[in-house]
Amino acid sequence: MKPLKPFQSVAHIRKGLLSGDFSAVELAGFFLQRIQHLDPELNSFITVTHDTALKQAEQADRQLRSGSAELLTGIPLAHKDIFLTEGIKTSCGSRMLNNFIAPYQSTVAARTAEAGCVMLGKTNMDEFAMGSSNENSYFGAVKNPWKPDCVPGGSSGGSAAAVAAGLTPLATGTDTGGSIRQPAAFCGLTGLKPTYGRVSRYGMVAFASSLDQGGAIGHSVEDISLLLAAMAGFDPADSTSSQKSCESLQAFARGEYPALEDGLKIGLPREYFNALTDTGMDELFQQARRTLEQTGVEFVDISLPSTSAAVAVYYVIASAEASTNLSRYDGVRYGHRCDSPVDLEDLYRRSRGEGFGSEVKRRILTGTYTLSVGYYDAYYVKAQKVRRLIRDEFNQVFQEVDAILAPTTPSVAFPIGQLSDDPIQMYQQDAFTTPASLAGLPALSVPCGFLQQLPVGLQLIGPHFSEPLVMEVARRYQTHTDWHLQHPASIAGVTGIGEA
Amino acid sequence: MTTWETVIGLEIHVQLATRSKIFSGASTAFGAEPNSQACPVDLALPGALPVLNEAAVRMAVTFGLAIGAEINRAPTFDRKNYFYPDLPKGYQITQFAEPIVGRGSILLPLQDGEVRHIGITRAHLEEDAGKSLHEEYSGLTGIDLNRAGMPLLEIVSEPDLRSAAEATAYFRYFHALVRYLRICDGKLNEGSMRCDANVSLRPRGQETFGERTEIKNLNSFRFLERAIKHEIDRQQDLLEAGHEVVRETRLYDSESDETRSMRSKEYSDDYRYFPEPDLLPVRIEESLIQELSQTLPELPEQKYQRYLDKFQLSANQAAWLINDPDTTVFFESLTKLSGEPRESANWIMGNLSAFLNKQELGISRSPITPEQLAALIARTRDGTISKNAANRVFDRLCQKPDTSDVDSVISELGLEQINDAGELDRIVQQVLAENPEQVSQVKSGKEKVLGYLIGQVMQASQGKANPKQVADLLKSALERV
Repeated sequence: MKPLKPFQSVAHIRKGLLSGDFSAVELAGFFLQRIQHLDPELNSFITVTHDTALKQAEQADRQLRSGSAELLTGIPLAHKDIFLTEGIKTSCGSRMLNNFIAPYQSTVAARTAEAGCVMLGKTNMDEFAMGSSNENSYFGAVKNPWKPDCVPGGSSGGSAAAVAAGLTPLATGTDTGGSIRQPAAFCGLTGLKPTYGRVSRYGMVAFASSLDQGGAIGHSVEDISLLLAAMAGFDPADSTSSQKSCESLQAFARGEYPALEDGLKIGLPREYFNALTDTGMDELFQQARRTLEQTGVEFVDISLPSTSAAVAVYYVIASAEASTNLSRYDGVRYGHRCDSPVDLEDLYRRSRGEGFGSEVKRRILTGTYTLSVGYYDAYYVKAQKVRRLIRDEFNQVFQEVDAILAPTTPSVAFPIGQLSDDPIQMYQQDAFTTPASLAGLPALSVPCGFLQQLPVGLQLIGPHFSEPLVMEVARRYQTHTDWHLQHPASIAGVTGIGEA
Repeated sequence: MTTWETVIGLEIHVQLATRSKIFSGASTAFGAEPNSQACPVDLALPGALPVLNEAAVRMAVTFGLAIGAEINRAPTFDRKNYFYPDLPKGYQITQFAEPIVGRGSILLPLQDGEVRHIGITRAHLEEDAGKSLHEEYSGLTGIDLNRAGMPLLEIVSEPDLRSAAEATAYFRYFHALVRYLRICDGKLNEGSMRCDANVSLRPRGQETFGERTEIKNLNSFRFLERAIKHEIDRQQDLLEAGHEVVRETRLYDSESDETRSMRSKEYSDDYRYFPEPDLLPVRIEESLIQELSQTLPELPEQKYQRYLDKFQLSANQAAWLINDPDTTVFFESLTKLSGEPRESANWIMGNLSAFLNKQELGISRSPITPEQLAALIARTRDGTISKNAANRVFDRLCQKPDTSDVDSVISELGLEQINDAGELDRIVQQVLAENPEQVSQVKSGKEKVLGYLIGQVMQASQGKANPKQVADLLKSALERV
């Protein structure tokens, strides 16, 4: 066996598997060992699925030997603990589901297994995907591999931290208002939230149904394009999943990249950049702009006037949907049930009171309030109107430009505990990610530099179902930059496991 | 003294006869082991999502077309939120803002021949909840989710009904209609149709409605009628004593034959309706409407009119028959065989229905066939047997229906009518000879006594004589005495 490295591209790993440098079992063992050594400190996994991983790896090895290996056969993967994995605990970061062994398989878990991925475990997350720091997890905060006293972002914080620390080359995530893009940005990774409807939500614990979308986190566009191709596609079990062909995604995964027309136009929305308070960050985006200009991209200033309303609209709609999506956790059929309830009311009150954390309760209360008689029109209906406005503005802008470039987050990763008592400040973390969520657009974050030794993310947003275009722009950017090839030295160096 | 007018609106829940549930693939078969027909969607497991059953949509559209209602081309679903142990998601998926069937109306034939125009406000699709089982578990409640997700069509009427009898006729009408349309099996005892009645009173002549109460979950015609009658009396007593009717939900207790308060609506429930984000708006294409319109069967009111016009049935007969589509099938095949619609209706409504009721059989499973009844009608008509004898043949057929054809039963019972004048004459002469006193009474003008003599002849013939022929013979014989 040739020495394994924690930060290789999927293509490199695949080459190693195909040429027999190492087996899928050895590969899985390598990452499982890294998890075992590094994760007690990092806390990026809720469950490590050692046995499942080895079983899937053995299966992958058989396929590799028989020559029937596909693009992801034997590639290790971690699932955000929001995807149901049959026979394996699926907690969604909550005490409510701490005892919940999934009795069926989510479409995403089924498809990635079908594609040959080896599941290493289930990653930590903000409870029910509600949060931007991963501090709202029943299983504790996750540390940012770049700076352990900082948050990795959220809600897919465990997935991002695990990839950034070289505990897995790929991870799934979900993005409702930025939950893939923001942690990808905070951890120096590439993360894509696909168009709403691209990836089936069946078996993905619902937070806000009209916004939730599964996606991929990895080191590079090429890596995540492989995972996306495996995850995406129509699913008859999800009425909101799109029947649009995924052929262009498959082609991308095979390395057949779309040709970009000359003079590709990318819009720079002034509302996003004006809201940036950090001049250091702004400078990094100017750099990125110059890099892309050298590849023939043309930039134009654009305006998306309703941007500033996005956070408010998002929290009204997402909380409204969450308040009813979470009604099923009542202590009756599964999940946490309080001890010796005296009556039905007591059963509901204490099971939910004990099972949910404070941020989840806050959103259930907010959502219940905004759907109530007398407030429905003022909040929910109005928010839906502004949501349409936001979407219309995007559609309008896409008449002029092919894609939009914007910052992913207003700041770099912040220290653990800094915002946890200030929900409004915390919600502002989502200012640049919620607009694309509300419009259902594909959006991707790629690393574009560092500030205070912490990664900065650049966001590319495209029209509906334009993932190949957005990914290709980002891929070209990555062929001209090496931000995505930088890894937290402390993590790799601490133990030296597997280092050549 | 105020006279009161009753105002009733009905909400009928029709369980649609789809094979799988409205939002999942689980079976809808009745009577399975608790929770054996509940999949992740029905159990409201995390991550489970609803997928609309197309068959339910087709049935709802068929229903809408049958009552000439507006069909919503883009119906949507909403969530109705409330906590209850047998409501697994904590919300019911229903249609609030954009129901699939909009305004329509029916012409409701009443037993007295009057036809009332009743407005239908809307009909919408929704899922049923599960069942809480309290009896079998002491100190605990069992939950059976087999019924959770059963497809329901809720038909909401305008407050156009004016009496318990009208409300019952309305319920019967839809019980028939949904079976004509084959969208519901109509099995009331299995809960395939249930209704809620909104009842209020107002002084006759007043425009505005009085305060109403809602009686929930009535699952038989008899209970509906009795519950409403009881509620009318209760409200009338309250109003006449100067009290007010309180808006509330009431339950009918069939054992004590009364309604009692279930919950007050003084502080109204807030169901926090909002559009169901897991389902996209449905598109009802023109082609679907075309297709379903063309396959609509003859509807009860068309049948009713045809029975009056073509078959010359009485209003009562027509209304009775159309209540049950299987009955109309039997009636129409019997009429075709017998050529005697009114007589056919009489047999079905009389002897046959009494027999089937006693046997607790539906008419589609009747052991007496239309062929047998047609033969019976033919033998009565051609004078082979009297009406009385026909009843005896019918009874014998009921005892061993599959072995006997009508003619062999007639001869087995020796019921052929004596039409032979010679034999009858002999009996007449004998009766006259045995009753000299009565003969002289008739001769002296006591016409009534003739009836006695006819009776004697009939008895002597063992009922086989034709009574009219007997009377003629007697009269002419008496003239000769």
